[in-house]
Amino acid sequence: MPTGIDTGDTAWLLASTALVLLMTPGLALFYGGMVRTKSVLNMIMMSFASIAVVTVVWLAAGYSLAFGPDLGGWGLLGGLEHAGLRGIGPASVTGHVPTLLFAAFQLTFAVITAALISGAVADRAKFGSWVAFTAVWTLLVYAPVAHWVFSPDGWVLHRLGALDFAGGTVVEVNCGASGLALALLLGPRIGFRKEAMRPHSLPLVLLGAGLLWFGWFGFNGGSALGANGLAAASLVNTQAAGCTGLLGWLAVEKRRDGHATTLGAASGAVAGLVAVTPACGSVDVLGALLIGLAAGVVCSYAVGWKYRLGYDDSLDVVGVHLVAGVIGTLLIGLFAVRAMTGGVEGLLHGGGFGQLPRQAAAVLAVGVYAFAATYGIGKGVERVMGFRAPAEHETAGLDLAVHAETAYDHGVLGHGTAQVARPARPVSAGPGRPGPAPDGPAPDDPAPARPGAPALQPDRTPPA
Amino acid sequence: MKLITAVVKPFKLDDVKTALQELGVHGLTVTEASGYGRQRGHTEVYRGAEYRIDLVPKVRIEVVVEDADAEAVMEAVVAAARTGRIGDGKVWSVPVDGVVRVRTGERGPDAV
Repeated sequence: MPTGIDTGDTAWLLASTALVLLMTPGLALFYGGMVRTKSVLNMIMMSFASIAVVTVVWLAAGYSLAFGPDLGGWGLLGGLEHAGLRGIGPASVTGHVPTLLFAAFQLTFAVITAALISGAVADRAKFGSWVAFTAVWTLLVYAPVAHWVFSPDGWVLHRLGALDFAGGTVVEVNCGASGLALALLLGPRIGFRKEAMRPHSLPLVLLGAGLLWFGWFGFNGGSALGANGLAAASLVNTQAAGCTGLLGWLAVEKRRDGHATTLGAASGAVAGLVAVTPACGSVDVLGALLIGLAAGVVCSYAVGWKYRLGYDDSLDVVGVHLVAGVIGTLLIGLFAVRAMTGGVEGLLHGGGFGQLPRQAAAVLAVGVYAFAATYGIGKGVERVMGFRAPAEHETAGLDLAVHAETAYDHGVLGHGTAQVARPARPVSAGPGRPGPAPDGPAPDDPAPARPGAPALQPDRTPPA
Repeated sequence: MKLITAVVKPFKLDDVKTALQELGVHGLTVTEASGYGRQRGHTEVYRGAEYRIDLVPKVRIEVVVEDADAEAVMEAVVAAARTGRIGDGKVWSVPVDGVVRVRTGERGPDAV
Protein backbone atom coordinates (compact mmCIF):
# COMPACT_ATOMS: atom_id res chain seq x y z
CA MET A 1 0.00 0.00 0.00
CA PRO A 2 1.56 3.30 -1.10
CA THR A 3 1.83 5.80 1.70
CA GLY A 4 -0.78 8.54 1.89
CA ILE A 5 -3.67 6.50 0.52
CA ASP A 6 -6.66 6.32 2.85
CA THR A 7 -8.71 3.22 2.18
CA GLY A 8 -11.99 4.73 3.38
CA ASP A 9 -11.58 7.82 1.21
CA THR A 10 -10.57 5.68 -1.72
CA ALA A 11 -13.53 3.33 -1.33
CA TRP A 12 -15.99 6.23 -1.26
CA LEU A 13 -14.43 7.90 -4.30
CA LEU A 14 -14.45 4.61 -6.23
CA ALA A 15 -18.18 4.35 -5.53
CA SER A 16 -18.75 8.03 -6.33
CA THR A 17 -17.01 7.68 -9.68
CA ALA A 18 -19.43 4.92 -10.64
CA LEU A 19 -22.38 7.00 -9.37
CA VAL A 20 -21.42 10.03 -11.44
CA LEU A 21 -20.83 7.94 -14.56
CA LEU A 22 -24.39 6.61 -14.26
CA MET A 23 -25.68 10.18 -14.45
CA THR A 24 -24.90 10.41 -18.15
CA PRO A 25 -27.09 7.45 -19.20
CA GLY A 26 -29.63 8.96 -16.79
CA LEU A 27 -29.34 12.26 -18.62
CA ALA A 28 -29.78 10.41 -21.91
CA LEU A 29 -33.18 9.14 -20.70
CA PHE A 30 -34.09 12.50 -19.14
CA TYR A 31 -33.43 14.22 -22.46
CA GLY A 32 -34.64 11.30 -24.60
CA GLY A 33 -38.09 11.37 -23.04
CA MET A 34 -38.40 15.09 -23.71
CA VAL A 35 -37.99 14.91 -27.50
CA ARG A 36 -40.41 13.52 -30.05
CA THR A 37 -40.39 9.84 -31.04
CA LYS A 38 -38.59 10.51 -34.30
CA SER A 39 -35.34 11.71 -32.70
CA VAL A 40 -35.17 9.99 -29.32
CA LEU A 41 -32.37 7.63 -30.30
CA ASN A 42 -30.26 10.48 -31.62
CA MET A 43 -30.82 12.35 -28.36
CA ILE A 44 -29.72 9.34 -26.30
CA MET A 45 -26.84 8.68 -28.66
CA MET A 46 -25.39 12.15 -28.11
CA SER A 47 -24.96 11.35 -24.41
CA PHE A 48 -23.52 7.90 -25.01
CA ALA A 49 -21.13 9.31 -27.61
CA SER A 50 -19.99 11.84 -25.00
CA ILE A 51 -19.08 9.04 -22.62
CA ALA A 52 -16.80 7.46 -25.20
CA VAL A 53 -15.35 10.53 -26.88
CA VAL A 54 -14.73 12.57 -23.75
CA THR A 55 -13.15 9.59 -21.99
CA VAL A 56 -10.63 9.05 -24.78
CA VAL A 57 -9.83 12.75 -25.07
CA TRP A 58 -9.61 13.17 -21.29
CA LEU A 59 -7.15 10.33 -20.88
CA ALA A 60 -5.12 11.50 -23.88
CA ALA A 61 -4.74 15.15 -22.90
CA GLY A 62 -7.74 16.62 -21.05
CA TYR A 63 -6.70 15.47 -17.60
CA SER A 64 -3.23 16.89 -18.03
CA LEU A 65 -4.53 20.24 -19.29
CA ALA A 66 -6.88 20.46 -16.32
CA PHE A 67 -4.80 19.03 -13.49
CA GLY A 68 -1.23 18.95 -14.79
CA PRO A 69 1.35 21.37 -13.39
CA ASP A 70 0.34 24.95 -14.09
CA LEU A 71 1.75 26.56 -17.24
CA GLY A 72 3.66 29.74 -16.44
CA GLY A 73 2.05 30.22 -13.04
CA TRP A 74 -0.99 32.08 -14.39
CA GLY A 75 -3.51 29.53 -13.24
CA LEU A 76 -5.05 29.33 -16.71
CA LEU A 77 -4.06 25.90 -18.01
CA GLY A 78 -2.12 22.82 -17.03
CA GLY A 79 0.80 21.48 -19.02
CA LEU A 80 0.97 18.29 -21.06
CA GLU A 81 3.33 16.41 -18.72
CA HIS A 82 0.61 13.90 -17.92
CA ALA A 83 -0.76 13.46 -21.46
CA GLY A 84 -1.89 9.87 -21.79
CA LEU A 85 -1.66 9.76 -17.97
CA ARG A 86 2.11 9.53 -18.40
CA GLY A 87 3.94 9.42 -15.11
CA ILE A 88 0.87 8.41 -13.13
CA GLY A 89 0.85 4.88 -11.71
CA PRO A 90 -0.93 2.93 -9.01
CA ALA A 91 1.40 4.46 -6.43
CA SER A 92 0.66 8.09 -7.38
CA VAL A 93 -1.40 9.88 -4.75
CA THR A 94 -3.61 12.98 -4.91
CA GLY A 95 -4.83 14.04 -1.47
CA HIS A 96 -5.62 10.74 0.19
CA VAL A 97 -6.67 8.82 -2.91
CA PRO A 98 -4.82 7.30 -5.88
CA THR A 99 -4.26 9.89 -8.63
CA LEU A 100 -5.67 7.44 -11.17
CA LEU A 101 -8.93 7.41 -9.23
CA PHE A 102 -8.96 11.20 -8.98
CA ALA A 103 -8.46 11.38 -12.75
CA ALA A 104 -11.32 8.92 -13.32
CA PHE A 105 -13.64 10.80 -10.94
CA GLN A 106 -12.93 14.07 -12.73
CA LEU A 107 -13.39 12.29 -16.06
CA THR A 108 -17.01 11.51 -15.22
CA PHE A 109 -17.62 15.24 -14.67
CA ALA A 110 -16.18 16.11 -18.06
CA VAL A 111 -18.38 13.44 -19.67
CA ILE A 112 -21.67 14.69 -18.26
CA THR A 113 -20.87 18.36 -18.85
CA ALA A 114 -20.36 17.70 -22.56
CA ALA A 115 -23.49 15.55 -22.69
CA LEU A 116 -25.56 18.27 -20.99
CA ILE A 117 -24.93 20.63 -23.92
CA SER A 118 -26.77 18.27 -26.28
CA GLY A 119 -30.10 19.37 -24.83
CA ALA A 120 -29.67 22.75 -26.51
CA VAL A 121 -29.30 21.24 -30.00
CA ALA A 122 -31.95 18.48 -29.82
CA ASP A 123 -33.35 17.10 -33.08
CA ARG A 124 -31.12 19.03 -35.47
CA ALA A 125 -27.36 18.43 -35.04
CA LYS A 126 -25.36 16.21 -37.38
CA PHE A 127 -24.12 13.28 -35.36
CA GLY A 128 -20.55 13.26 -36.69
CA SER A 129 -20.29 16.97 -36.04
CA TRP A 130 -21.47 16.45 -32.46
CA VAL A 131 -18.76 13.83 -31.94
CA ALA A 132 -16.09 16.17 -33.31
CA PHE A 133 -17.44 19.07 -31.28
CA THR A 134 -17.32 17.22 -27.96
CA ALA A 135 -13.72 16.17 -28.54
CA VAL A 136 -12.52 19.70 -29.26
CA TRP A 137 -14.76 21.27 -26.63
CA THR A 138 -13.40 19.01 -23.87
CA LEU A 139 -9.86 20.16 -24.61
CA LEU A 140 -10.49 23.85 -25.28
CA VAL A 141 -13.33 24.66 -22.90
CA TYR A 142 -13.83 22.03 -20.21
CA ALA A 143 -10.16 21.38 -19.38
CA PRO A 144 -9.16 25.05 -18.95
CA VAL A 145 -12.25 25.89 -16.89
CA ALA A 146 -11.69 22.83 -14.69
CA HIS A 147 -8.11 24.02 -14.20
CA TRP A 148 -9.25 27.50 -13.17
CA VAL A 149 -11.70 26.22 -10.59
CA PHE A 150 -10.75 22.70 -9.48
CA SER A 151 -6.95 22.69 -9.73
CA PRO A 152 -5.08 23.91 -6.64
CA ASP A 153 -3.13 26.17 -9.05
CA GLY A 154 -6.24 27.59 -10.76
CA TRP A 155 -6.80 31.34 -10.69
CA VAL A 156 -10.48 31.23 -9.73
CA LEU A 157 -9.86 29.10 -6.68
CA HIS A 158 -6.39 30.27 -5.75
CA ARG A 159 -6.25 33.94 -6.68
CA LEU A 160 -9.87 35.08 -6.89
CA GLY A 161 -10.94 33.03 -3.89
CA ALA A 162 -14.35 32.07 -5.29
CA LEU A 163 -15.94 28.89 -3.95
CA ASP A 164 -17.33 26.16 -6.17
CA PHE A 165 -17.52 22.87 -4.37
CA ALA A 166 -18.69 20.44 -7.03
CA GLY A 167 -18.96 22.34 -10.29
CA GLY A 168 -21.60 25.06 -10.31
CA THR A 169 -19.35 26.99 -12.66
CA VAL A 170 -17.26 24.19 -14.19
CA VAL A 171 -20.26 22.00 -15.00
CA GLU A 172 -23.49 23.98 -14.82
CA VAL A 173 -22.64 27.52 -15.94
CA ASN A 174 -20.20 26.01 -18.42
CA CYS A 175 -22.70 23.67 -20.10
CA GLY A 176 -25.44 26.31 -20.00
CA ALA A 177 -23.39 29.05 -21.65
CA SER A 178 -22.02 26.56 -24.18
CA GLY A 179 -25.52 25.30 -24.90
CA LEU A 180 -26.74 28.84 -25.50
CA ALA A 181 -23.90 29.42 -27.96
CA LEU A 182 -24.75 26.28 -29.94
CA ALA A 183 -28.50 26.96 -29.86
CA LEU A 184 -27.86 30.39 -31.38
CA LEU A 185 -25.38 29.02 -33.90
CA LEU A 186 -27.60 26.19 -35.14
CA GLY A 187 -30.82 28.18 -35.08
CA PRO A 188 -34.24 26.98 -33.96
CA ARG A 189 -35.78 23.63 -34.85
CA ILE A 190 -38.13 23.64 -37.82
CA GLY A 191 -41.54 24.48 -36.36
CA PHE A 192 -40.19 26.08 -33.16
CA ARG A 193 -42.91 28.20 -31.52
CA LYS A 194 -45.45 26.94 -34.11
CA GLU A 195 -45.74 23.18 -33.71
CA ALA A 196 -46.46 21.34 -30.49
CA MET A 197 -43.21 19.61 -29.57
CA ARG A 198 -44.46 17.58 -26.69
CA PRO A 199 -42.20 15.29 -24.65
CA HIS A 200 -42.88 11.83 -26.09
CA SER A 201 -42.35 9.88 -22.85
CA LEU A 202 -42.63 11.49 -19.45
CA PRO A 203 -41.95 8.18 -17.65
CA LEU A 204 -38.53 8.16 -19.36
CA VAL A 205 -37.94 11.74 -18.23
CA LEU A 206 -38.75 10.81 -14.63
CA LEU A 207 -36.64 7.67 -14.74
CA GLY A 208 -33.76 9.78 -16.05
CA ALA A 209 -34.30 12.41 -13.37
CA GLY A 210 -34.25 9.67 -10.74
CA LEU A 211 -30.93 8.32 -12.01
CA LEU A 212 -29.49 11.84 -12.07
CA TRP A 213 -30.64 12.43 -8.50
CA PHE A 214 -29.12 9.11 -7.38
CA GLY A 215 -25.83 9.89 -9.12
CA TRP A 216 -25.75 13.40 -7.68
CA PHE A 217 -24.87 11.96 -4.27
CA GLY A 218 -21.61 10.81 -5.82
CA PHE A 219 -21.23 14.07 -7.71
CA ASN A 220 -21.54 16.30 -4.64
CA GLY A 221 -20.70 13.86 -1.86
CA GLY A 222 -17.72 12.56 -3.81
CA SER A 223 -16.41 16.09 -4.32
CA ALA A 224 -15.34 16.05 -0.67
CA LEU A 225 -12.70 13.63 -2.02
CA GLY A 226 -12.99 11.70 1.20
CA ALA A 227 -15.29 9.61 3.36
CA ASN A 228 -15.87 12.21 6.03
CA GLY A 229 -18.23 14.71 7.58
CA LEU A 230 -17.95 17.11 4.67
CA ALA A 231 -19.14 14.36 2.32
CA ALA A 232 -22.07 13.65 4.62
CA ALA A 233 -22.99 17.33 4.88
CA SER A 234 -22.79 17.72 1.09
CA LEU A 235 -25.02 14.70 0.64
CA VAL A 236 -27.66 16.00 3.04
CA ASN A 237 -27.54 19.46 1.44
CA THR A 238 -27.94 17.85 -1.98
CA GLN A 239 -31.08 16.00 -0.92
CA ALA A 240 -32.50 19.11 0.77
CA ALA A 241 -32.08 21.34 -2.28
CA GLY A 242 -33.40 18.75 -4.74
CA CYS A 243 -36.60 18.52 -2.72
CA THR A 244 -37.20 22.26 -2.29
CA GLY A 245 -36.42 22.72 -5.99
CA LEU A 246 -39.15 20.23 -6.82
CA LEU A 247 -41.64 21.83 -4.44
CA GLY A 248 -40.83 25.35 -5.60
CA TRP A 249 -41.34 24.50 -9.26
CA LEU A 250 -44.64 22.73 -8.57
CA ALA A 251 -45.91 25.61 -6.45
CA VAL A 252 -45.32 28.04 -9.31
CA GLU A 253 -46.95 25.68 -11.82
CA LYS A 254 -50.02 25.11 -9.69
CA ARG A 255 -50.51 28.83 -9.24
CA ARG A 256 -49.59 29.91 -12.77
CA ASP A 257 -50.78 27.04 -15.00
CA GLY A 258 -53.35 25.38 -12.76
CA HIS A 259 -51.64 21.98 -12.65
CA ALA A 260 -48.62 20.46 -10.93
CA THR A 261 -46.94 18.41 -13.68
CA THR A 262 -44.55 15.45 -13.64
CA LEU A 263 -42.22 17.29 -16.02
CA GLY A 264 -42.24 20.16 -13.53
CA ALA A 265 -41.35 17.80 -10.69
CA ALA A 266 -38.42 16.35 -12.63
CA SER A 267 -37.25 19.79 -13.77
CA GLY A 268 -37.59 21.35 -10.33
CA ALA A 269 -35.60 18.58 -8.67
CA VAL A 270 -32.84 18.95 -11.26
CA ALA A 271 -32.84 22.76 -10.84
CA GLY A 272 -32.46 22.40 -7.07
CA LEU A 273 -29.70 19.83 -7.44
CA VAL A 274 -27.89 22.03 -9.96
CA ALA A 275 -28.05 25.06 -7.69
CA VAL A 276 -26.72 23.22 -4.65
CA THR A 277 -23.82 21.72 -6.62
CA PRO A 278 -21.43 24.65 -6.05
CA ALA A 279 -22.81 25.35 -2.60
CA CYS A 280 -23.23 21.97 -0.91
CA GLY A 281 -19.78 22.13 0.66
CA SER A 282 -20.15 25.71 1.91
CA VAL A 283 -23.65 26.10 3.36
CA ASP A 284 -25.72 24.58 6.15
CA VAL A 285 -28.99 22.73 5.63
CA LEU A 286 -31.12 25.85 5.89
CA GLY A 287 -28.99 27.48 3.21
CA ALA A 288 -29.38 24.42 1.00
CA LEU A 289 -33.15 24.38 1.44
CA LEU A 290 -33.37 28.04 0.42
CA ILE A 291 -30.98 27.67 -2.51
CA GLY A 292 -33.01 24.76 -3.88
CA LEU A 293 -36.26 26.66 -3.44
CA ALA A 294 -34.88 29.74 -5.18
CA ALA A 295 -33.70 27.62 -8.11
CA GLY A 296 -37.01 25.77 -8.44
CA VAL A 297 -39.03 28.98 -8.47
CA VAL A 298 -36.77 31.04 -10.74
CA CYS A 299 -36.07 28.25 -13.24
CA SER A 300 -39.78 27.52 -13.66
CA TYR A 301 -39.98 31.01 -15.16
CA ALA A 302 -36.58 30.97 -16.87
CA VAL A 303 -37.58 28.09 -19.16
CA GLY A 304 -40.10 30.44 -20.77
CA TRP A 305 -37.53 33.04 -21.83
CA LYS A 306 -36.64 31.16 -25.00
CA TYR A 307 -40.14 31.59 -26.42
CA ARG A 308 -40.00 35.32 -25.85
CA LEU A 309 -36.44 35.85 -27.02
CA GLY A 310 -36.55 33.31 -29.84
CA TYR A 311 -33.51 31.11 -29.13
CA ASP A 312 -34.34 27.42 -29.30
CA ASP A 313 -32.61 26.01 -26.23
CA SER A 314 -34.70 22.93 -26.87
CA LEU A 315 -34.48 21.10 -23.54
CA ASP A 316 -33.70 24.14 -21.36
CA VAL A 317 -29.99 23.78 -20.70
CA VAL A 318 -29.97 27.55 -20.22
CA GLY A 319 -33.25 27.81 -18.33
CA VAL A 320 -32.30 25.06 -15.86
CA HIS A 321 -28.53 24.55 -15.77
CA LEU A 322 -27.19 28.02 -16.50
CA VAL A 323 -29.77 29.84 -14.39
CA ALA A 324 -29.66 27.44 -11.44
CA GLY A 325 -25.86 27.25 -11.67
CA VAL A 326 -25.64 31.03 -11.43
CA ILE A 327 -28.13 31.12 -8.53
CA GLY A 328 -26.25 28.49 -6.54
CA THR A 329 -22.83 29.98 -7.16
CA LEU A 330 -23.94 33.49 -6.21
CA LEU A 331 -25.89 32.44 -3.13
CA ILE A 332 -22.71 31.03 -1.60
CA GLY A 333 -21.92 34.71 -1.07
CA LEU A 334 -24.99 34.94 1.18
CA PHE A 335 -25.20 31.54 2.83
CA ALA A 336 -21.64 30.31 3.34
CA VAL A 337 -20.95 29.23 6.93
CA ARG A 338 -17.56 28.95 8.58
CA ALA A 339 -18.27 25.44 9.90
CA MET A 340 -18.33 24.22 6.29
CA THR A 341 -15.81 26.48 4.55
CA GLY A 342 -13.28 26.70 7.36
CA GLY A 343 -13.06 30.45 6.93
CA VAL A 344 -15.27 32.19 4.40
CA GLU A 345 -18.63 33.47 5.65
CA GLY A 346 -21.54 34.74 3.63
CA LEU A 347 -23.35 38.05 3.99
CA LEU A 348 -26.15 36.56 6.08
CA HIS A 349 -23.72 34.94 8.48
CA GLY A 350 -21.77 38.08 9.23
CA GLY A 351 -19.14 37.72 6.50
CA GLY A 352 -20.00 41.01 4.82
CA PHE A 353 -20.07 41.71 1.09
CA GLY A 354 -16.62 40.26 0.43
CA GLN A 355 -17.54 36.89 -1.03
CA LEU A 356 -20.45 37.84 -3.31
CA PRO A 357 -18.40 39.78 -5.90
CA ARG A 358 -15.85 36.95 -6.02
CA GLN A 359 -18.64 34.50 -6.80
CA ALA A 360 -20.04 36.84 -9.44
CA ALA A 361 -16.63 37.24 -11.05
CA ALA A 362 -16.23 33.46 -11.27
CA VAL A 363 -19.66 33.08 -12.90
CA LEU A 364 -18.96 35.87 -15.35
CA ALA A 365 -15.51 34.58 -16.30
CA VAL A 366 -16.66 31.01 -16.86
CA GLY A 367 -19.89 32.05 -18.61
CA VAL A 368 -18.27 34.48 -21.00
CA TYR A 369 -15.33 32.20 -21.82
CA ALA A 370 -17.56 29.15 -22.34
CA PHE A 371 -19.97 31.07 -24.57
CA ALA A 372 -17.29 32.68 -26.72
CA ALA A 373 -15.05 29.63 -27.06
CA THR A 374 -17.96 27.31 -27.78
CA TYR A 375 -19.33 29.65 -30.41
CA GLY A 376 -15.90 29.68 -32.05
CA ILE A 377 -15.55 25.89 -31.95
CA GLY A 378 -19.08 25.49 -33.29
CA LYS A 379 -18.30 27.87 -36.15
CA GLY A 380 -15.18 25.86 -36.96
CA VAL A 381 -17.09 22.57 -36.97
CA GLU A 382 -19.76 24.15 -39.14
CA ARG A 383 -17.19 25.32 -41.68
CA VAL A 384 -15.35 21.99 -41.88
CA MET A 385 -18.21 19.49 -41.86
CA GLY A 386 -21.50 21.32 -41.35
CA PHE A 387 -23.23 21.22 -37.96
CA ARG A 388 -26.92 21.41 -38.67
CA ALA A 389 -28.63 18.35 -40.12
CA PRO A 390 -30.31 18.76 -43.52
CA ALA A 391 -33.92 19.89 -43.26
CA GLU A 392 -35.23 16.62 -44.70
CA HIS A 393 -33.42 14.63 -42.01
CA GLU A 394 -34.76 16.90 -39.31
CA THR A 395 -38.30 16.64 -40.60
CA ALA A 396 -38.22 12.88 -41.01
CA GLY A 397 -36.40 12.46 -37.69
CA LEU A 398 -32.70 11.91 -37.11
CA ASP A 399 -33.24 8.36 -35.83
CA LEU A 400 -34.11 7.00 -39.24
CA ALA A 401 -32.05 9.40 -41.35
CA VAL A 402 -28.80 9.20 -39.38
CA HIS A 403 -28.88 5.96 -37.42
CA ALA A 404 -31.16 3.84 -39.69
CA GLU A 405 -33.21 2.88 -36.63
CA THR A 406 -36.51 3.81 -35.04
CA ALA A 407 -37.04 3.77 -31.28
CA TYR A 408 -40.45 2.18 -31.17
CA ASP A 409 -42.11 -0.39 -33.39
CA HIS A 410 -45.84 0.18 -33.16
CA GLY A 411 -48.40 -2.14 -34.68
CA VAL A 412 -48.07 -5.25 -36.75
CA LEU A 413 -47.78 -3.82 -40.25
CA GLY A 414 -44.89 -2.52 -42.24
CA HIS A 415 -41.97 -4.57 -41.02
CA GLY A 416 -40.63 -4.99 -44.53
CA THR A 417 -38.53 -7.96 -45.47
CA ALA A 418 -35.53 -9.25 -43.58
CA GLN A 419 -32.36 -9.19 -45.61
CA VAL A 420 -29.98 -10.85 -43.21
CA ALA A 421 -28.90 -13.55 -45.63
CA ARG A 422 -27.91 -11.14 -48.37
CA PRO A 423 -24.43 -9.86 -49.09
CA ALA A 424 -23.61 -6.49 -47.58
CA ARG A 425 -25.50 -3.67 -49.22
CA PRO A 426 -23.77 -0.64 -50.68
CA VAL A 427 -23.16 2.05 -48.09
CA SER A 428 -25.30 4.57 -49.89
CA ALA A 429 -28.52 2.57 -49.58
CA GLY A 430 -31.05 4.21 -47.29
CA PRO A 431 -33.12 2.39 -44.71
CA GLY A 432 -36.33 2.86 -46.64
CA ARG A 433 -35.00 1.80 -50.00
CA PRO A 434 -32.59 -1.12 -50.08
CA GLY A 435 -30.31 -1.07 -53.08
CA PRO A 436 -30.09 -4.08 -55.38
CA ALA A 437 -27.84 -6.79 -54.07
CA PRO A 438 -24.54 -7.03 -55.95
CA ASP A 439 -25.39 -10.49 -57.28
CA GLY A 440 -28.57 -9.49 -59.07
CA PRO A 441 -31.88 -7.77 -58.48
CA ALA A 442 -33.53 -8.52 -55.18
CA PRO A 443 -36.52 -10.78 -55.80
CA ASP A 444 -39.02 -9.23 -53.43
CA ASP A 445 -37.73 -5.85 -52.45
CA PRO A 446 -40.57 -3.95 -50.88
CA ALA A 447 -39.96 -0.26 -51.29
CA PRO A 448 -40.49 1.58 -49.10
CA ALA A 449 -40.03 -1.02 -46.38
CA ARG A 450 -41.93 0.97 -43.74
CA PRO A 451 -45.07 2.92 -44.43
CA GLY A 452 -44.37 6.58 -44.18
CA ALA A 453 -40.63 6.07 -44.25
CA PRO A 454 -39.17 8.62 -46.63
CA ALA A 455 -36.56 7.32 -49.02
CA LEU A 456 -33.61 9.03 -47.42
CA GLN A 457 -29.95 8.56 -48.01
CA PRO A 458 -28.48 8.43 -44.53
CA ASP A 459 -26.17 11.34 -43.84
CA ARG A 460 -24.78 11.67 -47.33
CA THR A 461 -26.47 14.93 -48.14
CA PRO A 462 -24.12 17.92 -48.17
CA PRO A 463 -24.86 20.51 -45.50
CA ALA A 464 -27.70 22.82 -46.43
CA MET B 1 -76.43 -4.37 -46.66
CA LYS B 2 -75.16 -1.37 -44.77
CA LEU B 3 -71.75 -0.38 -43.42
CA ILE B 4 -72.26 1.28 -40.08
CA THR B 5 -69.39 3.40 -38.83
CA ALA B 6 -69.26 4.81 -35.33
CA VAL B 7 -66.61 7.20 -34.01
CA VAL B 8 -66.94 7.23 -30.24
CA LYS B 9 -65.10 7.90 -27.02
CA PRO B 10 -62.47 5.19 -26.39
CA PHE B 11 -63.74 4.28 -22.94
CA LYS B 12 -67.15 3.49 -24.45
CA LEU B 13 -65.76 0.76 -26.70
CA ASP B 14 -66.59 -2.08 -24.31
CA ASP B 15 -70.17 -0.88 -23.84
CA VAL B 16 -70.68 -0.67 -27.61
CA LYS B 17 -69.17 -4.14 -28.13
CA THR B 18 -71.44 -5.63 -25.50
CA ALA B 19 -74.51 -3.96 -26.97
CA LEU B 20 -73.69 -5.27 -30.44
CA GLN B 21 -73.07 -8.79 -29.17
CA GLU B 22 -76.47 -8.73 -27.47
CA LEU B 23 -78.01 -7.84 -30.83
CA GLY B 24 -76.29 -10.82 -32.43
CA VAL B 25 -73.72 -8.90 -34.45
CA HIS B 26 -70.92 -11.42 -35.07
CA GLY B 27 -67.98 -9.29 -36.02
CA LEU B 28 -66.70 -5.78 -36.02
CA THR B 29 -63.54 -3.86 -36.80
CA VAL B 30 -62.03 -1.34 -34.41
CA THR B 31 -59.37 1.23 -35.24
CA GLU B 32 -57.80 3.91 -33.10
CA ALA B 33 -58.64 7.27 -34.57
CA SER B 34 -58.22 10.90 -33.75
CA GLY B 35 -60.18 13.92 -34.78
CA TYR B 36 -62.39 16.68 -33.59
CA GLY B 37 -65.96 17.85 -33.89
CA ARG B 38 -67.67 20.36 -31.64
CA GLN B 39 -65.54 19.16 -28.76
CA ARG B 40 -62.44 20.66 -30.36
CA GLY B 41 -59.28 19.82 -28.45
CA HIS B 42 -57.77 20.48 -25.10
CA THR B 43 -54.76 22.29 -23.65
CA GLU B 44 -51.61 20.67 -22.26
CA VAL B 45 -48.80 22.48 -20.44
CA TYR B 46 -45.15 21.45 -20.58
CA ARG B 47 -42.64 23.53 -18.61
CA GLY B 48 -45.08 26.41 -18.75
CA ALA B 49 -45.56 26.26 -22.53
CA GLU B 50 -49.20 25.72 -23.46
CA TYR B 51 -49.96 23.38 -26.32
CA ARG B 52 -53.36 23.42 -27.98
CA ILE B 53 -54.10 19.81 -28.85
CA ASP B 54 -56.70 19.90 -31.64
CA LEU B 55 -57.15 16.20 -32.21
CA VAL B 56 -58.84 14.10 -29.58
CA PRO B 57 -58.34 10.31 -29.40
CA LYS B 58 -61.36 8.28 -30.52
CA VAL B 59 -62.13 4.75 -31.63
CA ARG B 60 -63.75 3.98 -34.95
CA ILE B 61 -66.03 0.92 -34.95
CA GLU B 62 -67.17 -0.56 -38.25
CA VAL B 63 -69.81 -3.26 -38.78
CA VAL B 64 -71.55 -4.55 -41.91
CA VAL B 65 -75.15 -5.62 -41.29
CA GLU B 66 -78.25 -6.51 -43.29
CA ASP B 67 -80.51 -3.61 -44.25
CA ALA B 68 -83.25 -4.75 -41.89
CA ASP B 69 -80.93 -4.68 -38.90
CA ALA B 70 -79.26 -1.37 -39.66
CA GLU B 71 -81.56 0.90 -37.71
CA ALA B 72 -81.52 -1.29 -34.60
CA VAL B 73 -77.74 -1.55 -34.68
CA MET B 74 -77.30 2.19 -35.00
CA GLU B 75 -79.64 2.80 -32.12
CA ALA B 76 -77.84 0.27 -29.98
CA VAL B 77 -74.50 1.91 -30.69
CA VAL B 78 -75.86 5.37 -29.93
CA ALA B 79 -77.44 4.22 -26.68
CA ALA B 80 -74.26 2.47 -25.57
CA ALA B 81 -71.90 5.30 -26.49
CA ARG B 82 -73.87 8.21 -25.10
CA THR B 83 -72.67 10.10 -22.04
CA GLY B 84 -74.69 13.23 -22.82
CA ARG B 85 -71.55 15.38 -22.84
CA ILE B 86 -69.83 17.05 -25.74
CA GLY B 87 -67.53 14.76 -27.75
CA ASP B 88 -69.70 11.62 -27.69
CA GLY B 89 -69.06 11.11 -31.40
CA LYS B 90 -71.05 10.20 -34.55
CA VAL B 91 -72.63 7.15 -36.09
CA TRP B 92 -73.47 6.88 -39.78
CA SER B 93 -74.39 4.23 -42.32
CA VAL B 94 -73.71 3.82 -46.02
CA PRO B 95 -75.00 1.20 -48.49
CA VAL B 96 -72.65 -1.69 -49.32
CA ASP B 97 -72.64 -3.22 -52.84
CA GLY B 98 -71.09 -6.55 -52.05
CA VAL B 99 -69.32 -8.63 -49.40
CA VAL B 100 -67.21 -11.78 -49.77
CA ARG B 101 -66.03 -14.03 -46.94
CA VAL B 102 -62.42 -14.72 -47.82
CA ARG B 103 -62.22 -18.24 -46.34
CA THR B 104 -65.27 -19.74 -48.05
CA GLY B 105 -66.03 -17.43 -50.93
CA GLU B 106 -69.62 -16.90 -49.68
CA ARG B 107 -71.14 -13.69 -50.94
CA GLY B 108 -73.77 -11.21 -49.86
CA PRO B 109 -75.64 -11.40 -46.55
CA ASP B 110 -74.32 -14.94 -45.95
CA ALA B 111 -70.82 -13.51 -45.79
CA VAL B 112 -71.70 -10.98 -43.11
